Amino acid sequence: MTFSLPKKGPDISIVICGEAGQGIQTLESLLTRTAKLSGYHVFSTKEYMSRVRGGSNSTSIRISPERVYAAVDRIDLLIPLTAASAERIKDRITADTLIIGERKFVSEALSRSSGEFIDIPFTETAKKLGRSIYSNQVVLGLVASLLALDINILKAKLRAEFEDKGSEIVDINIKAAHAGYSLYEGLIKDDKVISEIKKAGEATGDVPEEVKGEIVISGAEAVGLGAIAGGCDFIAAYPMSPSTGVLTFLAKHAEEFGIVAEQCEDEIAGINMAIGAWYAGGRALASTSGGGFALMEEGVSLAAMIESPVVVHIAQRPGPATGLPTRTEQGDLELALYSGHGEFPRIILAPGSAAEAFYLTQKAFNLADRYQCPVFILTDQYLMDTVTNTTPFDTGGLEVERHIVKTEEGYKRYALTDSGLSPRGIPGNGRGLVMVDSDEHDEDGRITEDLSVRTTMVDKRLRRLTLIKEDIVEPTLIGDKDAKTVLVGWGSTLGVVREALTSINSEDILFVHIAQPYPLHQKVLELVEGAGRFLVIEGNATGQLARLIKLETGREADGKILKYNGLQFTVEEVEERIGEVL
Amino acid sequence: MKKTDFDIEGMETAWCPGCGDHAILSALKASLDNLGLTPGKLVMVSGIGQAAKIPQYFNTNYFNGLHGRALPAAVAIKASNPELTVVAESGDGDMYGEGGNHFIHTIRRNPDITNIVHNNMVYGLTKGQASPTSRRGFVTPVQVSGVMSEPFNPLAVAISLDVSFVARAFIGDQQRTSEIIEAAIKHRGYALVDIFQPCPSFNKQNTYKWFRENTYYLEDSFDSSERLAALGKAFQTDRLPLGIFYRNEKPTFTDNLRIKTPGYRKIVDFKRLNGLISSLAS
Repeated sequence: MTFSLPKKGPDISIVICGEAGQGIQTLESLLTRTAKLSGYHVFSTKEYMSRVRGGSNSTSIRISPERVYAAVDRIDLLIPLTAASAERIKDRITADTLIIGERKFVSEALSRSSGEFIDIPFTETAKKLGRSIYSNQVVLGLVASLLALDINILKAKLRAEFEDKGSEIVDINIKAAHAGYSLYEGLIKDDKVISEIKKAGEATGDVPEEVKGEIVISGAEAVGLGAIAGGCDFIAAYPMSPSTGVLTFLAKHAEEFGIVAEQCEDEIAGINMAIGAWYAGGRALASTSGGGFALMEEGVSLAAMIESPVVVHIAQRPGPATGLPTRTEQGDLELALYSGHGEFPRIILAPGSAAEAFYLTQKAFNLADRYQCPVFILTDQYLMDTVTNTTPFDTGGLEVERHIVKTEEGYKRYALTDSGLSPRGIPGNGRGLVMVDSDEHDEDGRITEDLSVRTTMVDKRLRRLTLIKEDIVEPTLIGDKDAKTVLVGWGSTLGVVREALTSINSEDILFVHIAQPYPLHQKVLELVEGAGRFLVIEGNATGQLARLIKLETGREADGKILKYNGLQFTVEEVEERIGEVL
Repeated sequence: MKKTDFDIEGMETAWCPGCGDHAILSALKASLDNLGLTPGKLVMVSGIGQAAKIPQYFNTNYFNGLHGRALPAAVAIKASNPELTVVAESGDGDMYGEGGNHFIHTIRRNPDITNIVHNNMVYGLTKGQASPTSRRGFVTPVQVSGVMSEPFNPLAVAISLDVSFVARAFIGDQQRTSEIIEAAIKHRGYALVDIFQPCPSFNKQNTYKWFRENTYYLEDSFDSSERLAALGKAFQTDRLPLGIFYRNEKPTFTDNLRIKTPGYRKIVDFKRLNGLISSLAS
């Protein structure tokens, strides 16, 4: 019998699973980039355990002739590199799944639940070439052949990946990929598999040129690039999953862009360094996850009191406490919203895609500088680790807006103004002195216990919220604006809802995606107030955005689509659950 | 006392009469003045506590931050504008207790800042509890049977981390204290000055008299480039040595990072950024 792949097009969902240390990440990187350069859209997500070696990790890669935005449950092709990792994802294996791999990694039950199992001796093939570690490249060659990827592009990628290990290693890797290519050609000759996706490509013959020019990027890299574009010159961070990618990206590019990348002794040092840097005229980013951010809270309050700009990136993961360190959740909206003791204005951004991560991180630095308050960027493990192709970021209209004044003699850091914003000077730039104090202070910045000054200063600090509210990121609307049902989501749910709605094809639902959860845009409030039915979708257990909207509008959500098992929503799941509540 | 640019006319402090903080304030101003520093180019960074109020009584830039967190802020201020002179100053509870972790790691980074610690072996602002440097047996309303923990030895910790500069002073001798502070500020790299400072309100044990009787200056022949000898002196706790224990000039935090331009004058290289973005297409 010939297995045609994929059963449900147009894209193919490939899952490669194994244990930490097997090089799955390199495999993923080479495959997605080769596929993109061959004209396919790519979308890849990771699910991994909190360990350095062993365990069960998987990478799900969608390769598609059309743009794809999110993770799917469906597995068209499974390539297991260990038995345990294959068992772990057995619920996703159906009659539509083709398993290609070694017999020892595929149990009888697994093989039975799949549509077809083809025993391919990856390790043996690699061993013949030298060592079993080249088996990943055999896999790569096989998948490349299945998708009719350009072998020359693959070769170039392999050369670039391994060139610092010497030409001999490069040659063996290329030979291994060739072997994989031949293995697949053998399967076709024996009528075991038909690659519909390959056939489709061959039939139309046109490779979309615009895709070739797109960039392949992770959420973490997008935040890092956005920070550079925002003029970030200091990153202070303690490594913590899933935020570490931002620190390593900025550290890698620190020298070329004049950035201080400092690994701090703890997150408390991180935020205090960030605030110190802003005080002296820098533009600093503190980056962490929920637990680290909990340690930063007193610092957030300090930034508020001294009216210091500061940008904090929080890559969310499931809590409380250590929780699930390498998984995803949208559980820290309220943590950011209420972080820091005392009352003060703040801004919370929550990008929904790599592109939004870039543009909003860039904007975060300008917002912090303009409004002299903490700006939080809420991402999550799913967004951080997702790799996808997107239009190259356009820096054309971007500016580093510095709101620093040259001080005059008698400068008052906290001069009272109608807007509540005092011109911000920095030490050593002008003839004035810049005095900031975590105690309540007067206009000069000197400590005070005058209670009428106290009231004046609280009012002054809070007054800035009026300005902030005039400058809110607009929500993205998908669907019919007059639809009776309004579904509201924030952050990383953008792509998955977008794609799910395409297949639901209902005219009766409008998706409102919020990239700035605080303060909420007036448009969001109006849409919720006017909705026949108001639903939310959030990756947490209690509906934190729903609670915030209720606080602003008085309106309770009519239905909540929630998820908090540590994994992101998938397209099928959202389709099903929207169907249930519609 | 000679007038300096750092003085504030008619200023009143919140310190008790007889507190060593008054003389530290004068000694520091004299040191800065002697070095020809101006208020506009100086930043005083402090945490919380009686000692940490010192910037309030200065005519200069200051960053009076959180309890225990002066050092991380000071490191970043210096890195963001290497043209500034940065002095981080607080008490023993702030620097060695709440901020103990930052104390260790700031020494390791070696930023070109001066760290002055008012060490009175007691908590002042919270009214008389033990501090990390309180001696064993010291009775307080909390340590009712006397302090049981080993006192923190900041000098020995600093030398063990190969600190760039470390000294101890006693404010009963304001002149020598000022000279030591001056040497510390002049030193390129992280410089710690631990200053013994009697607290007449809450520490009736470690008084001016006690410090005078239990301290002595390191001999003129003492070689401050000898790390092990310095460590030996730091370990002496029966009679406590004063003076510069150890000096080791080495590359600073900003030297290592090759930072020269202040952050606010930096221009983002968008051309390079565009190059980096388009490199992700291949």
